[in-house]
Amino acid sequence: MIPAQNPAAAAAPVLRAAPRRRLRNPALRRFCRHRLAVFGACAVTLLTLLCIAAPPLLPYSDTFIDIRARFTPPGGSSAHLLGTDQLGRDMLSRLLMAGRISLAVGFSAMLISMVIGVCVGLVAGYYRGVLGTVLMRFVDAMLCFPSIFLLLAVSAFIEPSVSSIILLIACTSWMEVARIVEGQIRALRERDFTLAAHAIGAGDARIMFRELLPNAVAPIVVAATLNVAHAILAESYISFLGYGIQPPTPSWGNMLDNAQTYLESAPWLAILPGAMIALAVTSFNFIGDGLRDALDPRMEGR
Amino acid sequence: MSALLEVRDLQRWFPVKGGILSGTRDHVKAVDGVSFDVRRGEVLSLVGESGSGKSTIGRTVLRLDTPTGGRIRFDGHDITDLTRAGMRPLRPRMQLVFQDPYASLNPRHTVEQIIAAPLEIHGARMNAAERRRRVEEALALVGLLPQHASRYPHEFSGGQRQRVGIARALITRPDFLIADEPVSALDVSIQAQVVNLLLELREQLGLTILFIAHDLAVVGHISDRIAVLYLGRLVELAETRSLFTRPRHPYTEALLSAAPIPDPTLKRQRIVLQGDIPSPLNPPSGCSFRTRCRYALPACSASRPPLREVAPGHFKACIRDDLVLAADAA
Amino acid sequence: MFPAPSDEVLSVRNLSIGFRTPGGILPAVQDVSFSVRRGETLALVGESGSGKSITSLGILRLTPPAPFCQVRGEVILRTPDGRAHDLLALPEPEMRSLRGDAMAMVFQEPMTSLNPVHTIGEQIAEAVRFHRGLGKRAALGRAAELLELVGIPNPHRRLSNYPHQLSGGMRQRAMIAMALSCEPSLLIADEPTTALDVTIQAQILELLQELQQKTRMAVIFITHNLGVVAEIADRVMVMYAGRVVEQAPVVPLFKAPRMPYTQGLLRSVPRLDWAGRRGEKLAAIPGNVPDALAPPSGCAFAPRCEHHRPGLCDAAVPPLEASGADHDVRCVRWSELLPEAAA
Ligand SMILES: Nc1ncnc2c1ncn2[C@@H]1O[C@H](COP(=O)(O)OP(=O)(O)O)[C@@H](O)[C@H]1O
Ligand SMILES: Nc1ncnc2c1ncn2[C@@H]1O[C@H](COP(=O)(O)OP(=O)(O)O)[C@@H](O)[C@H]1O
Ligand code: SF4
Ligand code: SF4
Ligand SMILES: [Mg+2]
Ligand SMILES: [Mg+2]
Repeated sequence: MIPAQNPAAAAAPVLRAAPRRRLRNPALRRFCRHRLAVFGACAVTLLTLLCIAAPPLLPYSDTFIDIRARFTPPGGSSAHLLGTDQLGRDMLSRLLMAGRISLAVGFSAMLISMVIGVCVGLVAGYYRGVLGTVLMRFVDAMLCFPSIFLLLAVSAFIEPSVSSIILLIACTSWMEVARIVEGQIRALRERDFTLAAHAIGAGDARIMFRELLPNAVAPIVVAATLNVAHAILAESYISFLGYGIQPPTPSWGNMLDNAQTYLESAPWLAILPGAMIALAVTSFNFIGDGLRDALDPRMEGR
Repeated sequence: MSALLEVRDLQRWFPVKGGILSGTRDHVKAVDGVSFDVRRGEVLSLVGESGSGKSTIGRTVLRLDTPTGGRIRFDGHDITDLTRAGMRPLRPRMQLVFQDPYASLNPRHTVEQIIAAPLEIHGARMNAAERRRRVEEALALVGLLPQHASRYPHEFSGGQRQRVGIARALITRPDFLIADEPVSALDVSIQAQVVNLLLELREQLGLTILFIAHDLAVVGHISDRIAVLYLGRLVELAETRSLFTRPRHPYTEALLSAAPIPDPTLKRQRIVLQGDIPSPLNPPSGCSFRTRCRYALPACSASRPPLREVAPGHFKACIRDDLVLAADAA
Repeated sequence: MFPAPSDEVLSVRNLSIGFRTPGGILPAVQDVSFSVRRGETLALVGESGSGKSITSLGILRLTPPAPFCQVRGEVILRTPDGRAHDLLALPEPEMRSLRGDAMAMVFQEPMTSLNPVHTIGEQIAEAVRFHRGLGKRAALGRAAELLELVGIPNPHRRLSNYPHQLSGGMRQRAMIAMALSCEPSLLIADEPTTALDVTIQAQILELLQELQQKTRMAVIFITHNLGVVAEIADRVMVMYAGRVVEQAPVVPLFKAPRMPYTQGLLRSVPRLDWAGRRGEKLAAIPGNVPDALAPPSGCAFAPRCEHHRPGLCDAAVPPLEASGADHDVRCVRWSELLPEAAA
């Protein structure tokens, strides 16, 4: 007989020791098989919770200037767990407050860009014809333009604020989503169930939002996670170059910018926010990969 | 008996791009001048090989597609030029059952959502309980159980999905049903179940059915009259018995002869048509069947034979009246 | 009469094939035994999922690799040189040299088994060169001959066509040409006409019969169309839920089927020559094929069988019994039911 053994369990001795509790939801089961994705999900959840809940509990607020403790390296003082910066502000507190901003920028920009991208993709995919062609050519044109230049060029002109940065990032990152959605919708609208909806007299809005969109959820969700990663990275870029979130409001990007002067004397000022960016971005990317597999039923026999 | 659906000279040409340099556009003449009536309460079948334009006729007649030419009248109303909004009040009366029970049900909707959709769209104001009652009624009609309502299509076998598709078509209590190859994708033992179901429903609900198929045996079993299609044109139209016992068009004869009969002791003289169906992009001049017809004469290429009544209720589009064709399925 | 062993091209004994799935082992084929003789056509009939394709893939050893799919049993192929090959024990390189040479396969959808980026000529010539070691020109010449053999007009011109440039019927002919390139002793055709129109199906069936008469190859013809079976089979094997449930020469199988499933199947198909019975209910088999992962305890057909006897039919899987000369049936009640079947 063929041994009745789960390949995932064979690869993961730790899992095998635990009683085999099969997850009922197959998508969740597939996601959990993706260990990096699980790691990413845990990291993102933990990071978000910490950023939201932890700062008030810390001994020093992010703006408190402890001038005697300037340039304390991480671990150098029991009061400042991750050290202090050039003004003696607590790094841990600042990292978490910056995380609030960076994550908020990431999520908000993602939400806005998803709304734009999904609507454009839906309309372009559903109506094809002149409208669809014009929309998609516009998307292509936007994609051709290197978005980082666009970001920098525009951000040099506008008054930088958290909301303007969010809008700016959203406006330069919806095109991929539009492309993905357009492709999906164009394929889905050829399926018989769309014709069936026409045959019962359904209107365009109903067909687009009730029949087609739910079938494109999987790639949209994947795109959304990757979009958060992209937005966090974009915010860091522009803040690093000084056009983004303005001090004293901390963000991981402007903390990096600030750290440039002290790269040799106080490397942790750069390493810590850099690590946070890397952690957040890779976590979101891992989640995206995991979701891609989890939401694709073909990844499993049945 | 009056006609519920009248189709006159229906045309549906699909433009295709010509060569890069030639500016002229070619057309796939998917349906090219088809006329027929579907009488109230009858089952009329459209048979023909794939690409002969059966589905296109079905879609055009339901105005899910716009005809290039011709007229379509449903229950006395000319629906040829109606807009989508104009068609909406008629939709509950004319419904469609699809060939592919996998592609025609939205995989993200429960059976209840699928079946109840026509009710929502047509503004039948009803509460959840009433809606549920109607859904269960429709499920019962097609031989499914009430608890099936909350399941998703992938939890069903092909035959059961086809029942869901039929339930969706019936929930608005239509008088006209187009069934586009509803059993072609099903297993033999399941085909019989669905054929029986359609026969029962027709009896019970007094449905008028336009049945589209390529399997002559199934068609012969279910229909009152049969229309045979070749390259977008009708070549023969007759009562089922008349068509089976005395086919008058050489193409019908060949189709009957090619259909395998599950009886190993039956030794038939097969007529095997030579060659392939010509491209609908440039069909042969005159009679489009002449490239494969064993009775073809030079005169057959001269002009397109019209569909004429050669016996009461028996129409054919062939210039030769001297033929006595094999009716080996007598 | 017992067939002379030299006449037997393929003999399959107790072939079982199981797939490993997240829901457990899926027994796709269970304990299938049969043999095919030279010049004989064996039809494999059954509903989709009954294990027809997997049986044929198992014979050619084209099932997925070992941990996901386990194949047990014995498959013996006798080549014209008199040698017997134990296919399931053969090393892969030898197996490869048999595939396409001594045995060949034709699939339902030729488009998926022809390579879209190579011409028809290249693909047929490739097979000939691999197995026969011919030079390029000789191989192309042979390819043209083969296309002519399968009735493709203008064979020399067609050599340079790509698969998508041919119609469905022509592609199927090209597939057959490729399968026949090395004059196989065994041809397995898996639903070769299911995707085709009836008039084209008639052409392909005629072609296969003609070719078989010429080459005397053994053919395993997989189909679910009973009309096609009646037309071309010498012997028929009916499969249900992975098992053979009835096996007999074609005439007894159609005229005196003994397994209730076969009887039901034959009654449920409408026939062209039933003009007088229009509008009557067909004798449909109720219910659905059982879930392959949770089959019924005894006879797999029991939940749909009108002769089902509780306690008897679901006690154990009925054995495949000989019920007459060359007529096997898997039903515990077949002898009791005999008069009814004859009536
Ligand atoms: N949307 C379309 N665009 C171009 N050609 C089409 C389209 N729909 C159908 N056709 C062509 O019209 C012909 C008839 O198709 P169809 O009605 O689907 O035939 P059937 O249902 O009889 O198999 C075919 O040659 C097909 O290629
Ligand atoms: N790769 C696979 N993995 C798991 N199950 C499979 C696989 N291929 C086929 N099966 C199962 O094997 C059974 C027999 O399939 P098949 O031989 O293709 O049936 P058919 O008689 O229609 O040709 C089916 O239940 C099918 O689900
Ligand atoms: S008109 Fe001529 S070619 Fe056409 S079907 Fe009649 S005999 Fe054949
Ligand atoms: S064993 Fe019993 S259930 Fe199975 S086919 Fe025979 S009579 Fe029917
Ligand atoms: Mg069709
Ligand atoms: Mg198969």
